[in-house]
Amino acid sequence: MSLSMLFLLLVAYALAAYWLGRRVVLGRVDGDARRLHSLPRYHGYRVALLAGLPPLVLLVLWLAFDQVVIGHLVMQSLPESMRALSEAQRSLLLNDIRNLATGNIASSAPDPALTAAVEHYRRLSRWSNMALPVLLLLVGLGGLGWGLLRVYPGLRARASVERVVHVLLLASASIAILTTLGIVLSVLFEALRFFESVPLGDFLFGLEWSPQIAIRADQVGASGAFGMVPLFAGTLMIAGIALAVAVPVGLFSAIWLAEFAGARARAWIKPLLEILAGIPTVVYGFFAALVVAPLVRGLGESLGLAVSSESALAAGLVMGVMIIPFVSSLSDDVITAVPQSLRDGSLALGATPAETVLRVVLPAALPGIVGGVLLAASRAIGETMIVVMAAGVGARLTANPLDSVTTITVQIVTLLVGDQEFDSPKTLAAFALGLVLFLATLLLNVLALYVVRRYREAYE
Amino acid sequence: MSKKKNKPLVKRRAIREAVLHGLARRRRRDRLLRLAGIGAIVLGLSFLAVMLVSLVSLGKSAFWQTHIRLELTLDPARLDPQGNGSQASLAAGDYAGVIKQALRARFPEVRKRREKRELYRLVSSGAAWALRDQVVADPELLGQRRAFWLLADDEVDQWFKHGEAGGVRLSERQRHWLESLRAEGAIDTFFNWAFFRNGDSREPELAGIRGALAGSFYALLVTLALSLPLGVAAAIYLEEFAPRNRWTDFVEVNINNLAAVPSIVFGLLGLAVFLNFLDLPRSAPLVGGLVLTLMTLPTIIITGRAALKAVPPSIREAALGIGASRMQTVFHHVLPQALPGMLTGTIIGMAQALGETAPLLMIGMVAFIVDVPQGFTDPATVLPVQIYLWADSPERAFMERTAAAILVLLLFLVLMNLVAILLRRRFEKRW
Amino acid sequence: MAIGDRRALFQSVVETALAAGDTAQPEVVESALGTPFLERKVSLRARNVNVFYGEKQAIKDVSIDIGKRQVTAFIGPSGCGKSTFLRCFNRMNDTIEGCRVEGEILLDDEDIHAPEMDVVPLRARVGMVFQKPNPFPKSIYENIAYGPRLHGLAASRADLDELVENSLRRAGLWDEVKDRLDAPGTGLSGGQQQRLCIARAIAIHPEVILMDEPCSALDPIATARVEELIDELRERYTIIIVTHSMQQAARVSQRTAYFHMGRLVEVDKTERIFTNPAHELTEAYITGRFG
Repeated sequence: MSLSMLFLLLVAYALAAYWLGRRVVLGRVDGDARRLHSLPRYHGYRVALLAGLPPLVLLVLWLAFDQVVIGHLVMQSLPESMRALSEAQRSLLLNDIRNLATGNIASSAPDPALTAAVEHYRRLSRWSNMALPVLLLLVGLGGLGWGLLRVYPGLRARASVERVVHVLLLASASIAILTTLGIVLSVLFEALRFFESVPLGDFLFGLEWSPQIAIRADQVGASGAFGMVPLFAGTLMIAGIALAVAVPVGLFSAIWLAEFAGARARAWIKPLLEILAGIPTVVYGFFAALVVAPLVRGLGESLGLAVSSESALAAGLVMGVMIIPFVSSLSDDVITAVPQSLRDGSLALGATPAETVLRVVLPAALPGIVGGVLLAASRAIGETMIVVMAAGVGARLTANPLDSVTTITVQIVTLLVGDQEFDSPKTLAAFALGLVLFLATLLLNVLALYVVRRYREAYE
Repeated sequence: MSKKKNKPLVKRRAIREAVLHGLARRRRRDRLLRLAGIGAIVLGLSFLAVMLVSLVSLGKSAFWQTHIRLELTLDPARLDPQGNGSQASLAAGDYAGVIKQALRARFPEVRKRREKRELYRLVSSGAAWALRDQVVADPELLGQRRAFWLLADDEVDQWFKHGEAGGVRLSERQRHWLESLRAEGAIDTFFNWAFFRNGDSREPELAGIRGALAGSFYALLVTLALSLPLGVAAAIYLEEFAPRNRWTDFVEVNINNLAAVPSIVFGLLGLAVFLNFLDLPRSAPLVGGLVLTLMTLPTIIITGRAALKAVPPSIREAALGIGASRMQTVFHHVLPQALPGMLTGTIIGMAQALGETAPLLMIGMVAFIVDVPQGFTDPATVLPVQIYLWADSPERAFMERTAAAILVLLLFLVLMNLVAILLRRRFEKRW
Repeated sequence: MAIGDRRALFQSVVETALAAGDTAQPEVVESALGTPFLERKVSLRARNVNVFYGEKQAIKDVSIDIGKRQVTAFIGPSGCGKSTFLRCFNRMNDTIEGCRVEGEILLDDEDIHAPEMDVVPLRARVGMVFQKPNPFPKSIYENIAYGPRLHGLAASRADLDELVENSLRRAGLWDEVKDRLDAPGTGLSGGQQQRLCIARAIAIHPEVILMDEPCSALDPIATARVEELIDELRERYTIIIVTHSMQQAARVSQRTAYFHMGRLVEVDKTERIFTNPAHELTEAYITGRFG
């Protein structure tokens, strides 16, 4: 039975339960709804929730965990020799078993233990597929029966329904917390495993990054270097170039929009500028690699400079254009939030509009603008596609923006895209980089939010 | 007394002179600031314009595809090996052979093996499949001799569209043959339906975005189905029910921060939790949808809360005043007023999700997948990732396809944003 | 025409208007009984001024002379256009989109709306104090120094220090703030803030100071201090004050102009307006029948 089918059936079942619940309670009072404590439809909701919610939860949990459980059981059934393997090899083995069982690959040399495991896996999968609908049906019917048996006219059905809804709302709101927790835990956990093989100090302060790990330990150059300084420097350089473009352009745009533009010009130009933030970054990446990078290179060469075809400058410029709206929109918001009375006070003293903006409005709006710039910086550091497509992959410690540099995000992508075994320091390094990225942007975001919030409080 | 009165008068004259003295310079600065503002806006918008124009000029040729007209003899001996006209038999026919034969007939002077191979390369390998489908669908064609427009190879396509600049890998001989075909009008472009009908391919002329579109569709469906109810519920809880305390503050900061966490970090989360911990299938739109849900939730919650905040308290008071419970007040009175705003936010969130690439690379939606996915767990890619993959391909024909795929993506984004704007206009209320 | 005759004429006009229930639009035939035009030295001269907000006309054909070195009070019910009219004198209405001013306003025989007139020197000559104190979010010192710095009035730091001190002294604020000139101006009390704004305005020695309900946000004690200050400033400055408090107008002004629905109804010596108003509407207003 397909998944979508199962879901539809569940929904239909809940609807039926609703109808049944209503009918049953109305039957108890001979159709006179006035004698009920709660409206008939709340009795319907109650029964529908009792009948539909538990199977739904069961279904989701089952789908999430059945592979994990089956995998674990299969591993348990393997002979001692196979279970003693390292974690990486065990996960490879499990993968093989899975592929054999689903017929994705044909085994060339059937190992009896392996064949048994495959058979075991198949059996468990079959059992899981059979058991799920049966269990769902049982749980659903149980809920329905409970709901219908325990119904009586004085039942406060509305209160119980509202309690459940309240819990559901609360659960939805906690997902944001869970997401953050998930990010922190997953990234932290893998990063810690990375630091088991590469010392934290080497990672943070190492000047060389070359994550090529040999397949066999005795190979030449077996140990990769995992010093993230060149990546951090590259990230900072590209983000710096981007901010050097976005901050002046965004700020001047915001000043013009907020202080000089008429209402009509503003109504048109503001959304037009915001389009820049709505264009997918992969589009910018394509444009950067195809148009801007050759252009920058051509310009540089006509000036007699050696420019890499993946220069930091090209990637930074395009990224800068992308984040213009982050600076301009937020700055525009905070500039317009500066009270008109301050402008009037300045103008009435004979200040020109420019003097008013530069000497009174901007200083007053500064915290908000700084917040906007910090958010833009966070966006620039975490931006991935533009740099993946237009910046280099080779880690190089350089201060020359015409050289090719690489960034944290580029390295995460290069390390994780393609076939990977999950345990090599190479893949784990990506999580360590992810942790650094998360912490850096978290710092910037929280700082920005704090500054902007303080600013709002000052003027509201 | 008189001295006291006169002193400011004298001073005032000096002040007036001082003010007039600096006036020109100050006015110049004023104009300079205005010019800087206008310049900045022009700079930003002209970048946008240049980018869009160059994407259109790069991509528009991909919507037409070059075909070559050849006289084909649909010889039953070759195309119906079993001789019974059954589907199976027709499907096993040697269509490539028929096409090669027709090419040899058209250019009888070609004798050498190497030359022949060059000749055959003018027509795409996909032409044989298309011919097979045509014959299987209409067996009456068997035995006929008639002209067919066959899909040309991508190099031929580029040569025909862009002249000498395209088709750089064509040999002198091949160009000569093509010139002779062009002279008799046997080479022309047709609207590129295949671009919308095919999945990905190594052959540029066969590659299409159908698979990526389907992948995007399934992933977005998952995202919508999860993030809309969850986002609305979370917004309702935080705005209407949550007590105002440090915990709610923390949740709020947390949501605002999540909205600004780099998307690639969500990809790492998806990789670690959904793929490695829960063993969900790699490259599946289901997992892509889950990751995108986590990414778009903050946006939806933030706009949802703003929409709820915009509903005046008087409505809540009125409903509570006639004895509705808080839950009833929210669901019967407040939510209907706020829903258009929430939907607008959801559409904008969906548009963001549609354009997102980086986190999907992390969960393996970057594989080369020819088949069009049929469900939520089939391996798939999405439109932006397809763009990324094609942008990496060396063939020139892929470049215009990349640009064309970008145009399709932008078209969808424009449509979604238009719907959001219309929705906002239609339901915007002033209280 | 004898005074008595004119009075009778106006009374009849107003009575017919009131009888027709047309209080919203009194048909004032002449702008005033007591003449709006002064014999003495005139600082500002307004002739046939009309102000429009888009389609809506806020000021209708107002002509008035403002005497030098005296306080003129604009009174009238809210929405009568007195603030709008006040803002014409330093062209603050320019900052409002869709606002159009017609007619002639002369400052020392120069039309302030003439194309060659720049608002910067105009506003340096015609200062303004607003309804709500609006010190800049800077130090007290910087608030005062702002104007002189803009216009380049101080050659040295010492000059500027002196200017700041003088302005604060004349605003009666020096003793209260001399020890904390670096403290933010926004940290002062409401009354102090308003006197800071007055000090800021007089730091550039304007000829005219416009005050738009300067005490409406202040408590009675602070109000009394500001009124005292206005009375002292009269010696050197032409002051126009918009107020909705008749007592205040009576206390600080020498001349009072009464506005009603965008028209100037009457302007005269303040004692006259409050003891023996020429116009029925003025009388109705000052006796509290509407407002």
